Amino acid sequence: MFSLEGITNFIHEWLNSHLSAIFALLAEFVLVGVAAIGLFAFLGLVLVWMERKVAAVMQLRLGPNRLGPKGIFQTSADTLKLIMKEALTPDNADKLLFNLAPFVVIIVAMLILAPISFAKNFQIWDINIGVLYVTAISSLSVIGVLMAGWSSGNKYSLLGAMRSGAQIVSYELSAGLSILTIIVLTGSLKISDIVASQENGWWIFKGHIPAIIAFVIFIIASTAETNRAPFDLAEAESELTAGFHTEYGGMKFALFFLAEYINIFIVCAIGATLFLGGWMPFHIGHWVAFNHIMDYIPSSFWFFGKTGFLIFLIMWFRWTFPRLRIDQLLNLEWKYLLPISMFNLLLMSVMAIMGWYF
Amino acid sequence: MNAIEILFWLLSALAIISAMMVLLSKNPVHSVLWLIAVFFAISGHYILLNAQFLAIVNIIVYAGAIMVLFLFVIMLMNLNKESEPKRNFWRILIGIISGGSLLMILVSLIRQATEINNKNALMESGNIGLIKTLGKLLFSDYVVPFEISSVLFLSAMVGAVVIGKKE
Repeated sequence: MFSLEGITNFIHEWLNSHLSAIFALLAEFVLVGVAAIGLFAFLGLVLVWMERKVAAVMQLRLGPNRLGPKGIFQTSADTLKLIMKEALTPDNADKLLFNLAPFVVIIVAMLILAPISFAKNFQIWDINIGVLYVTAISSLSVIGVLMAGWSSGNKYSLLGAMRSGAQIVSYELSAGLSILTIIVLTGSLKISDIVASQENGWWIFKGHIPAIIAFVIFIIASTAETNRAPFDLAEAESELTAGFHTEYGGMKFALFFLAEYINIFIVCAIGATLFLGGWMPFHIGHWVAFNHIMDYIPSSFWFFGKTGFLIFLIMWFRWTFPRLRIDQLLNLEWKYLLPISMFNLLLMSVMAIMGWYF
Repeated sequence: MNAIEILFWLLSALAIISAMMVLLSKNPVHSVLWLIAVFFAISGHYILLNAQFLAIVNIIVYAGAIMVLFLFVIMLMNLNKESEPKRNFWRILIGIISGGSLLMILVSLIRQATEINNKNALMESGNIGLIKTLGKLLFSDYVVPFEISSVLFLSAMVGAVVIGKKE
């Protein structure tokens, strides 16, 4: 059976038998880095294509269909075009920060990858505060956005960055509270423990209504945190040209674009881990035969399947809801989502104490 | 020198250089960004001490929240070199005297604290900064101050929502 765990164990043993311990560790660091960059490139190419195809289906169009089967190579061609373009730095810009900002954004996205469990025993760093680590690091991406907006020396960029900052900082609260709701049930912040606690059923089923409310709030908040429509005020074309990355072009723009899709992948992966059981297969109570069939599907397929479903959901939102105004956006968070998620957390704590969950 | 020592010296150098740059850089936005670098270096020290929870909380609270607020305000104020006030002799003198007295007090405090002399920090093995230890301590020995401060935070949050609701 295909398993990523076997591959990593094989590489680990092979390196340790041929090299000394320190060099084997260094070689593993390099391999992890290369694998992470490879995953980024792959995700960028696939998710951009997927977004265009989803958009096309929603609007009864064909979408990209010229290059390769179903236009699958369209994004590769676009990337090639972006690489070829000249990297401009405006005269008015703060040169250092302007050139640093895209890298800050992409490095932050890369750091969040560390505790995510992609398959059974396939994880870069199983830190014992995994979920907190993710929330902490994801709150740093706003620094890159603010740097980009301010250093461009352009009022639209600055306004876009400010909006994006206000949005990320406020929606972080309800995202954090909805994550906490699940932490109440698992009793551990470690990603591997959270996945292991869902062996006999995913939290969205086991946690009754509070878990479902938390899931809905998490999806809304993470859509807002990644600056996606209907919360894409930071780059509202009709008001702010392109928001904080107005002045960027070529590969530097491509890095922002890539970071957006990586962030979508990461929030969906966290959502899948917390609510949909991570790499755990779908099991139904005592149906032994059914559960065995489900076990035959490799754990990485389950993880990427669930994450892909959530990504599709977020792309679906984009073509369904109209964009909110900035005051509506902040009202939604502070007047509705935050009080609801606080009461939800309270309800979940009561449930956990009384043992009213499976 | 083992790997932990190398990391310790690297992080310390990073922290001190960034702290100097906070003061030396002309542009306030650069100062704030250097301050964020300082917090990162300090979080690295916490991780070396096996205090992962403290490290992450340091990043969430300081780098993620307070510094973002600073950045917001400073970026909107649009401080330029022209609007910066001129430094005169008296101002520099007052600064030197007050800063020097603070330094003197800190140095004398550290010299008086004899119980930290010749002690090694616990690397990798200590469990003081882990979430379980902290939680047990907060909910047993320090439960009253902890609850009072959490009520304070909650009321601040509710207050913000109420002020927002009043159109």
